[in-house]
Amino acid sequence: MSNQDTILDIHHLSKAFGTNVVLKDIDFSVHQGDVTCIIGASGSGKSTLLRCLNLLETPTSGEVLYHGEDITGSKVNAASYRSHVGMVFQSFNLFNNMNVLKNCMVGQTKVLKKSEEDARKSALFFLEKVGMAPYINAKPRQLSGGQKQRVAIARALAMEPEVLLFDEPTSALDPQMVGEVLEVMRTLAHEGLTMIIVTHEMAFARDVSSHVVFMADGVIAEEGQPSQIFETPQNPQTKDFLSRFMRG
Amino acid sequence: MPDTFGGRIVFLLQKSGWSFVRGAGISLILALIGTLIGCIIGFAVGIVQTIPIAKKDHPVKKILLHILKFILNAYVEIFRGTPMMAQAMLIFYGSTALFNIHMSTFFAAVFIVSINTGAYMAETVRGGILSIDTGQTEGAKAIGMTHFQTMLNVILPQALRNIMPQIGNNLIINIKDTCVLSIIGTVELFYAAKGTAGSYYTYFESFTIAMVIYFIMTFTCSRILRHFEGKLDGPDNFDLATTDTLAHTSGMSKYPDKKGGSDNE
Repeated sequence: MSNQDTILDIHHLSKAFGTNVVLKDIDFSVHQGDVTCIIGASGSGKSTLLRCLNLLETPTSGEVLYHGEDITGSKVNAASYRSHVGMVFQSFNLFNNMNVLKNCMVGQTKVLKKSEEDARKSALFFLEKVGMAPYINAKPRQLSGGQKQRVAIARALAMEPEVLLFDEPTSALDPQMVGEVLEVMRTLAHEGLTMIIVTHEMAFARDVSSHVVFMADGVIAEEGQPSQIFETPQNPQTKDFLSRFMRG
Repeated sequence: MPDTFGGRIVFLLQKSGWSFVRGAGISLILALIGTLIGCIIGFAVGIVQTIPIAKKDHPVKKILLHILKFILNAYVEIFRGTPMMAQAMLIFYGSTALFNIHMSTFFAAVFIVSINTGAYMAETVRGGILSIDTGQTEGAKAIGMTHFQTMLNVILPQALRNIMPQIGNNLIINIKDTCVLSIIGTVELFYAAKGTAGSYYTYFESFTIAMVIYFIMTFTCSRILRHFEGKLDGPDNFDLATTDTLAHTSGMSKYPDKKGGSDNE
């Protein structure tokens, strides 16, 4: 199982906020090129799990191995780890003081220490990819939600991460904008980008992912191929959850 | 001495016009330098006070940070909590009595205004930093920025914009409040007006002139700052980049090789 192309290996990961246990003994791994969708009801710990993977939350116990190295230890440089593992947020989290182009350049120049020119080229390349190149001079407040999210994806891509984490990237958007963002993510999946996606878009999870994780009450209730999870779910909780989405 | 109020004003301006101008100049310079240095102190203190202390941090770092934060808190509370006039007396005469340091009145004045403004600005800056939503901090963290990089590139520019009105407030307060420094013999506008009033026995007229000058200075400053605020917001419109933005990036197709693949080689 733990071969060369395993990027993330999560062992016995738990997270508690005070006495409130949000994640219990989570185990799963992510390989090069995997598109893992994490589904489940709100409050089941999906987002917390994702935030633990990016160290935005500190796991209470367990380990997260990144190429075999535990990143939850105190010696690990969280900033440099995060530069390899990008994240796209539900609320976009663009930098409001910068225009679209600068948003996509600042990480490259400050963290990756690229030259202005290189950063600019790369930013334009990824903005073109998400269809936001015409808007390079706009400030975030001048964009619609879908546009902001596409810029946020370009910003994350510009760091050329090994894994990209998506935390409910379409939950704050209207149906049309959901479509434009999912389209971008679909393209990325086809190009072989490794992604972990927390989502409520079941059709997307079914069609795009290579692996589906269903979470309930802080544990992984069921995981497997999308066809297996969506067509022949074994766990009663999975059945119940999916029946609400898949009817008809 | 002319009989009318207006005549006496003109008389005073002819006789001691320069003394008013010099006094006003000193007031304005003190306020500007004091506010500037105060802002720098305020930013430094505010930034230190918002450094997060993580559980994982080295114990020595944690203790040092706690001590530093305690000292800075004490500074803020003491200087905010005592009158500037009393501080001026204490510092100006105390430095001579205790350390045998003889400050010039101008240096002492700048020093006192600066550290006072710094104490107020520290809280303002802290508020400004806290006013920026944590999402942007997380966004910056997520692309690998350190706390320092996040502060410098993302949070502080926005915090600065948000606290501009308060900086303007401080500048205006300083222009007026430098008058308390006349107590240590700083020849600013209030001191000049008092001197003129005393020598011609024209209190009403002298202070009318002083009031008008104070108002002109504060009003001008507040308008200038308002103008800068507008500048900081940037233009409301933006142009769509209609030319092919990728024209000069030909041949650049780095994605998705490197990094991910390097482990397999």
